[in-house]
Amino acid sequence: MQYTRRHFLKTSAGGAALLAMAAAGLVPVSALAAEFVENRAAFKGKTLDEVVKALGGNAAQKSDQIVLKAPEIAENGATVPVEITSKLPGTKMIAILSEKNPHALSAEFQIPDGTEPYISTRVKVAETSKLYALVQTDQGYFYTDQVVKVTLGGCGG
Amino acid sequence: MADPMRIRATMNGDVAEVKILMSHPMETGQRKDASGKLVPAMFIEKVTATWNGKTVLSADWGPAVSKNPFLAFRFKGPKAGDKISVTWTDTAGDTRTDEATIS
Repeated sequence: MQYTRRHFLKTSAGGAALLAMAAAGLVPVSALAAEFVENRAAFKGKTLDEVVKALGGNAAQKSDQIVLKAPEIAENGATVPVEITSKLPGTKMIAILSEKNPHALSAEFQIPDGTEPYISTRVKVAETSKLYALVQTDQGYFYTDQVVKVTLGGCGG
Repeated sequence: MADPMRIRATMNGDVAEVKILMSHPMETGQRKDASGKLVPAMFIEKVTATWNGKTVLSADWGPAVSKNPFLAFRFKGPKAGDKISVTWTDTAGDTRTDEATIS
């Protein structure tokens, strides 16, 4: 026990020194923060329409051939399970969008021939809003939506 | 180098179901640390899965995919014993590839 406590003290002192260095401007934290620049247009879109346009489509039509499975009430917005199945022939792409997130597009999946038009994952949802399942086929873009009620936000980490 | 992915791939008829659990913080760039500074964005932006040299899924992600991402998909064609390989790349340029045998 004594060893682990010492070890902890040692490592935390090191961490404090690093923080002090950052505060003194030796490690430019702000520069690090600015380093990442999103250069994929679709991920900058704020609405479903903007994302569809950035992907090269016109407007998405609502379709009942897409099945979006997400909880009606998400207790924790940081992990919201989403399952999308498309019954539209020639599905090439499936995307998940969230209406009130800082950027609408959460994830985009390219579906090659032989892969089933099905995706299951977990996303962050900032606040209670519509979740969209966007599908691209040879015929254009289609979507379906569902409201997800978030009781704890997804941005807090 | 990040921790390995956990990949499970099982045959269900002629379709393989692949489940992947990655280990990644998926920082959005919007979160503040204890001292009130923004934590810089750092998230997986590209995921590719290949079987027999053929891409069976490719994904582009934004920061809104949950921390320690989970992903499941299904594809036709493989046999039990085949290998599936998954690669991710994050915005910091870090990358990781893991392989699993389909059972």
